[in-house]
Amino acid sequence: MNYADLFRATLPETVLELAALLVLLVDLGLLRNAALKSRVASATLIGVAGCAVAIWAVYAAGWGSLSNGSYVVLAAGGSTAVAQVAILFLTALTLALFIDTGFTRNPGEYVAVVLMAAAGGLIIAAAQDLLVIFVGLELLSLGLYILTAFAKKSAKSAEASIKYYLFGGMSAAFLLFGFSYLYGLSGSTSLPRVVLGTYMASAHGGTFLLLIALVMIAVGLGFKVAAVPFHLWAPDTYEGAPAPAAAFIASVSKVASFALLISISHAILWWPSMLHLTGGRVTFTVSPPGTPPPHMTYGFVSGWPLILMVLSAASMIIGNLAALAQTSVRRLLAYSAVAHAGYILLGLAFFGWANVSAQAILYYIITYGLTTIGAFGVVGVVERATGSDKLDSFLGLQKRNPLLAAVLLVLFLSLAGIPPLVGFWAKFNLFAAVLTLGSGPFPVPGSLSSLPHEAVGLVALAIAMSAVSLYYYLQVLKRAYVMPAADETPIHAHPVTLAVLLLIALAVLLMGVFPAVLQGWIAGFGA
Amino acid sequence: MSGLPMLTLLTVLPLIGAAIALFSGKHARGVALFIALIALALALVVWSGLPSDGSIGMVELHKWAPSLGIEYHLGVDGLGALMLVLAAIVTLMSVDAAHRVHHQPGLYYGLVLILESGLFGSFTALNFFHWFLFWEISLIPAFFLIKLWGGARRGPAATQFFIYTMAGSVALLIAFLALFLSTGSMDFRQLTQMAASGELETLVKSHLGPVMLWLAIAVLAGFAVKVPMVPFHTWLPAAYAEAPSPVTMLLTGAMSKMGVYGLLRIAIPIFGPQIAQIRTPLLVLAVTTVVMGAWAAAAQKDLKRVFAYSSVNHLGYCLLAIFALAVPASGAATVASQAAALNGVILQMFNHGITAAALFWFVAMMQMRTGGHRGIDDFGGLRKPAPVLAGLMGIALFSSLGLPGLNGFVGEFLIFRGAFPLAWVAATVSVLGLLVTAVVILTVIQKVFSGPVKEHCSGFPDLHSSERMALAPVIGLMLLLGLVPQLIVGSINPTVQNLLAHWRF
Amino acid sequence: MLAWTIYISFAGALLEALLPKEKNALARWLALAMALAGLTIGVAGFIAGMGQGQVEIVHAAWVPSMGIHYLLAADGISRVLVLLTGIAAVAGVLFSWNIELRTNQFFAFFFALIGGVYGVFLSFDLFLLFVFYEVAIVPKYFLIAIWGSTRREYAAMKLALYSFVGSAMVLIGLLVAYTASGSHSTALTDLAHAGLPVSTQMWVFPLVFTGFAILAGMWPFHTWAPTGHVAAPTAASMLLAGVVMKLGAYGCLRVAIALFPHGLDPWGFAYLGIGSWRDVFALLAVIGIIYGALVALAQSDFKFVIGYSSVSHMGFVLLGLMTLNQIGLDGAVLQMFSHGVIAGLLFAIVGRIVYDRTHTRQLAELETMHLARRMPFAAWAFVIAAVASMGLPGFSGFVAELQVLIGSWTTNPLWTAGAGIGIIVGVAYTWRALQMAFFSDIVPGAHVIGQEQAHPFAAVTWPEVTGVALLAGVSLVVGLYPKILLDSIEPAVKALLAGGVQ
Repeated sequence: MNYADLFRATLPETVLELAALLVLLVDLGLLRNAALKSRVASATLIGVAGCAVAIWAVYAAGWGSLSNGSYVVLAAGGSTAVAQVAILFLTALTLALFIDTGFTRNPGEYVAVVLMAAAGGLIIAAAQDLLVIFVGLELLSLGLYILTAFAKKSAKSAEASIKYYLFGGMSAAFLLFGFSYLYGLSGSTSLPRVVLGTYMASAHGGTFLLLIALVMIAVGLGFKVAAVPFHLWAPDTYEGAPAPAAAFIASVSKVASFALLISISHAILWWPSMLHLTGGRVTFTVSPPGTPPPHMTYGFVSGWPLILMVLSAASMIIGNLAALAQTSVRRLLAYSAVAHAGYILLGLAFFGWANVSAQAILYYIITYGLTTIGAFGVVGVVERATGSDKLDSFLGLQKRNPLLAAVLLVLFLSLAGIPPLVGFWAKFNLFAAVLTLGSGPFPVPGSLSSLPHEAVGLVALAIAMSAVSLYYYLQVLKRAYVMPAADETPIHAHPVTLAVLLLIALAVLLMGVFPAVLQGWIAGFGA
Repeated sequence: MSGLPMLTLLTVLPLIGAAIALFSGKHARGVALFIALIALALALVVWSGLPSDGSIGMVELHKWAPSLGIEYHLGVDGLGALMLVLAAIVTLMSVDAAHRVHHQPGLYYGLVLILESGLFGSFTALNFFHWFLFWEISLIPAFFLIKLWGGARRGPAATQFFIYTMAGSVALLIAFLALFLSTGSMDFRQLTQMAASGELETLVKSHLGPVMLWLAIAVLAGFAVKVPMVPFHTWLPAAYAEAPSPVTMLLTGAMSKMGVYGLLRIAIPIFGPQIAQIRTPLLVLAVTTVVMGAWAAAAQKDLKRVFAYSSVNHLGYCLLAIFALAVPASGAATVASQAAALNGVILQMFNHGITAAALFWFVAMMQMRTGGHRGIDDFGGLRKPAPVLAGLMGIALFSSLGLPGLNGFVGEFLIFRGAFPLAWVAATVSVLGLLVTAVVILTVIQKVFSGPVKEHCSGFPDLHSSERMALAPVIGLMLLLGLVPQLIVGSINPTVQNLLAHWRF
Repeated sequence: MLAWTIYISFAGALLEALLPKEKNALARWLALAMALAGLTIGVAGFIAGMGQGQVEIVHAAWVPSMGIHYLLAADGISRVLVLLTGIAAVAGVLFSWNIELRTNQFFAFFFALIGGVYGVFLSFDLFLLFVFYEVAIVPKYFLIAIWGSTRREYAAMKLALYSFVGSAMVLIGLLVAYTASGSHSTALTDLAHAGLPVSTQMWVFPLVFTGFAILAGMWPFHTWAPTGHVAAPTAASMLLAGVVMKLGAYGCLRVAIALFPHGLDPWGFAYLGIGSWRDVFALLAVIGIIYGALVALAQSDFKFVIGYSSVSHMGFVLLGLMTLNQIGLDGAVLQMFSHGVIAGLLFAIVGRIVYDRTHTRQLAELETMHLARRMPFAAWAFVIAAVASMGLPGFSGFVAELQVLIGSWTTNPLWTAGAGIGIIVGVAYTWRALQMAFFSDIVPGAHVIGQEQAHPFAAVTWPEVTGVALLAGVSLVVGLYPKILLDSIEPAVKALLAGGVQ
């Protein structure tokens, strides 16, 4: 590995870092005495431009991965590229939402931290080595802690940030602990080698240690995606962080984390490709049909899906049920995020060889991220106009700003999974992928064997919980459309914000009606 | 003339008339009279166009809903045509009698015309669906006529009328559903043929089990409500009394005949053997109807109720004859008696229709003249102030009694002529009915027409010329048919022979 | 061509939403034009399709990688139901002529609902059908929650959740059918021929059937229906009872029965005479018929009587579906049409003509109001509607119920007996409502009459008259000449039965 390769492989991250530095320079240097609004505008513009260039960089970097000898350190192309482009695009959108806000007098720092955190996200999406994963994760997380606290005048912001930080710090510790065990069991930090190593280690009696490691990792990563029971930071953070920051947390960090989980799942499946590295001999036995499968040692494959299934079921149930009781729309969105994480974890639990699983998960998280950004955008506008994000602030929204109410309608119905919006398609796609591969990671596609009960049972649970979710989404829409307004003064939204929100709503609608477009784009990367 | 679908025209005409009448307001009565006259003319044309051998003529047959065995199948023989004429005459009488409908006349006459259409439809139908359709069509206007223009206790009376008749309809529907399930046909002629050959019972048994007798009872129950036969008659006195008299004319003159017609067209031909099986209990019920009707009439104080129960009694004779003739044919004498009985039934239907309608017309006139009085004891000595009324009503009353020379006699005579040889016990007991009826009628005549004139009756105006002109043909018909019954019997007899030839017991 | 019904409806919804507020007259006339356009196309398509069998309308690839197609087609059953939707839409617009609150939004949601309904009836791809089925849920919620009456928010939420749960069950079945057949295609014909194993069909069928049957008002999942119908504004009640409940029944037929026919096979054991899912659902249908009728008999609110009568009449549809023979299924489809029209008429009279004037639906209060005299049009319109609802021959309900009875007799006479009892109770509660509301025997005192004359009710408007004439006329025409619809229904049912349903 030489520095040219490293530079080429990390071009997108570099662009982002450069953009962050540029923002700081411009804001603290050139525009030091300018009005706040223009500083915000310029910072946003540079940030968005930076993201655009970074997207170009992802394409320009090509599909070559970065390897250290025979170990891949950073992957490129495939699901990585998809995730990276998505992260950059969503970051740009959250920056666009920053324009109308007045919660900070340091817009340059804000945008810079966002860009740097996004760079961390890009690293996570590409990482194939345990240490690189950790570095990227910390880069992202530290940026998120700071962003959460950015609304200096709000006590809630500070409180949320402290909670997030403490919780995050703990989970990072667990994660590192788990990683250390994996290193101990396999002797390497490169993912595929790690997976292979665990098989060999458990064949020699290391199963117990492996289980501990897996649980630790689940804690760490579960925190990142806000899965139950590691979700407790989410409601406070979503409530306390300034709206654009909350949008960023809800969308970009999730995309990055799930991309990481996809990488891990791919590694789990592709461990046989590592066999050539161990030296020695490999024997393949073909058994006639009907003979019982040979005894397999307890490797990654055996334990990981089970953990994911448990996390998924718990998240779906608790996320949806808790959301029913919320009166604050932000907390409602937080618990709904937990629930959506549950659905996606289901897709990860039943991950298969064919591209279908990865594509379905990516489709889901990208569209979910987009929708969430839009939702926070609307919440932000309403908050600034009415001073709170409680359900009652939304009363009579259809009269106060019909466009905004229409956007809210589209976005929330998409979250509930109502066709023809994209949220429905994402769920359908995901559940179809789960059921197609429900019989395990080595399915026979197209067979008519009866479906395994766990897959069907969990999909049924997911759909049932989806049905429950309609109730609380309708509560918000009810306030907006049905109940009479307490205060009928029109709500004004910044034209850029409104334009962005309308575009998001339109995209949600169009992608729902023509799902093949985004699917085709994802598939084009060979994910 | 032969190309025109006469029966369809006849049935549809009153419906069109009803639509016009609904929006005619004050002129509704004129419209109704006009339509009723044309209907009568058409009915007479149909009567004259009958085939001479007594078979069913003027047949119209079209596909309607083949998968359900529903066809548009109309046709009349002598029986049907006579009923058409009766319905037309009675409707005309009823419309004529209803001078003073103040409240919503358009609706009133519209409903009457719809009722007439229902009558025409059920007398010409040869497929169950069509028949049942018009059977129900006649029910709704009757209900509303009682409910909206009736007397003080019209609500309960109308409700009772509706419930009883509906229950009967349900029984009929169930029975015919069962027949359809077994045979795939709803056509009366086809079912009659199958019954005659014994095929019907076999089919029913194979599809549904040994339920033929129950089906027969269901069908009989349906018609028993309409005629009515004891013990399903309890709706009648209230309904007849509370309905405005012109409506009662329709009820007794035409609607009750639907029940008897149904027995003749549907029950006997299709369920002959079953009826023969339970002939005795049926005769008992018929006799009870006759006797109870007469006795109850004797106990009434309200003229309308007197005539109501008297109607029950008169139709009881029809029932007597019908059940009496339900014996397997065993010789020329039996056949002759059956023919006589059947002739008598048909004649009685026509004659009673006219007579009863006329009687209620007279009651209406009396009510109008005395501000609503209609009790037997409310009048006295009407002979003096209103001789013409007394005379004409007297003729009608004597016809009802069955005086020879008037039309009421012929029917009853033939009925007893036929019933005695076939069921002498029943016939004998029924004679009681004749006797009591005589007492009742004479009492009425005595109390109403003779004796001292009551004060409020002294200014009782006699019939004016328009009323005389309206009543004259009716009374004249009574006399004519009494003296020359051949006018009708001659046309009926071939039909009777034809019917008997197709019936098996 | 029939696809334009869908497009026009959604376009109409969008147009209405964009109309400036306070232009109520424009909103109404635009709505009427849209509805009439849809009806005209429906009629034209019906006539053009007579004797044609299944006709493909649009077939475009939608998500080719998963075998999902934008496939619209129509057979006889679809054409009949499209016709029903057109009639119901026009009638609904006519009876909403007096809505003043947020008129354009009302019609926007109205047409979104109608568009979804048209879509379900014309979809021959299961995924597409499901999409349209779900699209119809949200407009219902808003129509009831914003413009409804008694307990509208509760009723709207209950209805939305029940429908959503039902469609969730259908989604599970859809996913299972799709993936178990190899994830090749979601077209209905392909899935029907996929040959899913009997054991799978045995549990997928009741799941999908129940999911659809919830919307069809099957006992005991019917409780949303009376509450929802009563709370909804008149046009929404008409659509709900008239068309939306038929979506559920249609789904039962087109999806559950056609795709999973072996789910109806006998289980091999019987408990209390129930030996297959067919017996179970037939029993539930009969219970629904009788229960709905009995409860209707006990109601004190006029609209609740009609609401429960809808549950009872839909029981006939479900019973007809479970007969699995030609005549029973014919009857079920015909009853869908017939009840759609008649229920529309009943709700129109009770909701629009009576309630909007008397401001009460309590039968005890209406009894004292002397309505036969004060609103004769309403009284006589209700007589016609009541008589049609009772199943009197001459109206469409008679033929439909006759066919269902005949069909169910050949399968199990007990069901027929139950249904027959339901008809009789049906006569009773309709009668009671008619008597109490319009033709009561209570004679008001003189001073009350004076008051009544001083405050006469608003006169009957032309949209009301037209609407009543349309609905009553359709029921009468179909009742007197059922062949007009049966000629389209019978071949379609035959094809369905030949396709493997037995």
